[in-house]
Amino acid sequence: MPDLSPATPAEASSTAPWVELRSLDTLWFQVSGTVCNLACTHCFVSSSPTNHTHEALSLAEIVPYLEEGSALGVKEYYFTGGEPFLNPEMEQILEKTLEYGPATVLTNGLLLNPDRCRKLARMARDCRYSLDFRVSLDGYSAATNDPIRGAGTFERILAGISNLFKAGLNPVITVTEVYDDNGSIEGKTRFFALLAELGIEKPRLKMLPVFRIGAEAERTGAYESWQRLRTSDKPGSWDHLQCSSCRMVTDQGVWVCPILVNEPDGKMGAELADTLNAFAMTHSACWTCHVYGVSCKT
Amino acid sequence: MDRDDEKLTAHRGLATWGEKLVPLGRFHEATAHAGRVLDGADRERERRAFAARRPDSTTVEGPYTRVAVFGGVYNNHCALEALLQAVRDDAVEAVYCLGDLGGFGPSPERVRPLLEQGGVLAIQGNYEESLAAGHDDCNCGYTDPRDNHFAEISYSYTAARTSAEFKRWMGDLPPRRRVWVGNREFLLVHGSPRRVNEFLFASTSPDPFLEVLLDQEGADGLLFTHTGLHWHRRLPSGRDAINAGVIGRPANDGRTSVWYTLIEASGDDVSITLKPLDYDYQKLIIEMRAEELPEEFIETIATGWWTTCLEILPAKERALSRY
Repeated sequence: MPDLSPATPAEASSTAPWVELRSLDTLWFQVSGTVCNLACTHCFVSSSPTNHTHEALSLAEIVPYLEEGSALGVKEYYFTGGEPFLNPEMEQILEKTLEYGPATVLTNGLLLNPDRCRKLARMARDCRYSLDFRVSLDGYSAATNDPIRGAGTFERILAGISNLFKAGLNPVITVTEVYDDNGSIEGKTRFFALLAELGIEKPRLKMLPVFRIGAEAERTGAYESWQRLRTSDKPGSWDHLQCSSCRMVTDQGVWVCPILVNEPDGKMGAELADTLNAFAMTHSACWTCHVYGVSCKT
Repeated sequence: MDRDDEKLTAHRGLATWGEKLVPLGRFHEATAHAGRVLDGADRERERRAFAARRPDSTTVEGPYTRVAVFGGVYNNHCALEALLQAVRDDAVEAVYCLGDLGGFGPSPERVRPLLEQGGVLAIQGNYEESLAAGHDDCNCGYTDPRDNHFAEISYSYTAARTSAEFKRWMGDLPPRRRVWVGNREFLLVHGSPRRVNEFLFASTSPDPFLEVLLDQEGADGLLFTHTGLHWHRRLPSGRDAINAGVIGRPANDGRTSVWYTLIEASGDDVSITLKPLDYDYQKLIIEMRAEELPEEFIETIATGWWTTCLEILPAKERALSRY
C-alpha cells in the first residue's frame, strides 16, 4: 500500500542560498512526462508505465517555448522523460526543434529500431546543428544492469545502441554511479571495452551521480537531514550548477531544473519570462548537484 | 503479482511528490498555484532586461582596414613563425592572438619573443589564466580519463618550462579586446563573452543564441577560439560570428595545415577569410620527439587528425573526426 501521507514542506527558503539565472543556455522538455516503458529502481523522477505525474508535451505546446527560448538566447534543447520516444510526435518535435538549435534526446534505447534510427540519422545529416542522443546504461553486464533497469534490458539497450551506430549515429552512453566503481577509472575503462566489443569506434561516455529522491530514495534511502545547502555555503559562484543556466518545461509549466519536476515548489512559472528570477535551493538534490558538480548536459 | 509488476503499476491514479505518493489531483492542484505568473507587460520587461546590453568599459582599438586574428598557439613556435610571415604578406595593420599560448607543443619560452617581434596583441586564454594563477590544470573540464591524462601531460610540461616572468606577463593580458575594422566593431574573447572556457562549436551555436550574445555586447562581430575548430557565420542580422581557429594544431580534418582569420573592411561591410597556413611541421615533430612528448600529440601534427580531447566535440563535429 503506498504511503499517502502529505509530503513534507521544504525547509523555509530563508535558510537556503539563492541561485540567479546567469543565462538561459539549456532548455529542457519533459517530453513524455513521467511515463516510461521501464521502472528503473534509481529513477529520480520515479518514471514508470503508470506514472502520470507529468503528461507528454505535444508539438503545439512546445513551439511557443522554442520561440520564446530562442529569443532569450537558448543555446541547446534537451528532451527527457520518461522515455521520449513514447511521445507519438517525438520525431516531428525534433525536426521542428532543429530549426531553432541543437537537440539532445535522453533515451533508454528500447524503442530505437533500425527504421527509426535511419530516419533520425537522416535528420541529423540534413541539419547544420547537432542532433545528439544519450542512451542510459547502468552496468557493463546483464547481471549488474538488469537489477536496476529491469530484466532483459541489458541486451535490448545494446541492440538500441547498435541500431543507432549502424545508422551512422554515435550516442553518448550515460552511466549513473549506482555502483561505487562505475565512475572509477577502472569502471569507465570497462564501459569503453564493452562499447569496443560492440564495434563502436568513437566511444562517448558520461557519468552521473545518483540523486536520492524518487525511486532511488526507496532503493538506497533518502537524504540525511544535514545534506542540504545553507546560506553559509558560498562558493565563488553557482555557475557549476545547471539551474544557473537552464529551465525545464513540463505539461504543467516551467520548472527550475530537470531534477525537481516532482516537487511543486520547483515550478517557477507558466512562460519562460516568469522564470528568469533567482531560485532558493531548499532541496537536498541541490546539495548533490553542488557537491558532485553535476551537469545534466552532455 | 511479483515485485516487478508491482513497480510497473504502482502509480495508478497517484503522483510522485518528492518521496511520497499522493493522489494525482493533489499534485496538480499544488503545481497550479506554484511559481509566479506575470502579466504581459512585466513579461516583456523581464525578457528585455535579460537580453539587455551589458556595460563594458573596454577601449575600442583601431579603426583598421585589415587585421589578422589567430588563436591557440599551443607552444607551436614553428607555426607562429609561419603565421608572422603570412600576415606580413597579407599586409595587415594589426595582429591579434586570442589566447592559449601553451599546450602540447615543445619549448613554451620560444613563443614569447616571436609574439613581441611580430607586435602581436594578445588576450588571455584559459591556459594563461591557469598558468598565471598557478592552478594545477588547464581548466578545460574533461571527464574522460584518457583526455585528462593527456591534458595533464601538456599542462604540467608547459607549466614547468614557462618562466615566472612569462607567467606574470600572461597574467597581465586583458580578458577581452574591442577592435574597429572599417565601421564594424568586433569583440575579441577566448571562449565566449561569458566564460573563458566556454566552447562555441558551429553545430551547437544556433543563430538566435549568437544574436543575443552580440546584442548583449553591443558588437557587430564576435571573434573567439578555444575549440580548435574554425568557422564563420554571417547571421540573419548581418553581423558575424567567427571562430578564428588555432595555429597550434590542425583542425581535425586530415590536413597538416593550421588556420587563421583575415578581416578586411570593404565599404560599409567587412570580408572575412578563414585561411589555411602551411608550416614546417616536420621540424616541430623532431623537437617534440627530442622533448619526449607523447606520440599521440605527434600523430596529430603529422596527420591532421586529433587523437585526444575528443570528448568535447558535439555529435556533428565528432562524426567528422577519425577517432
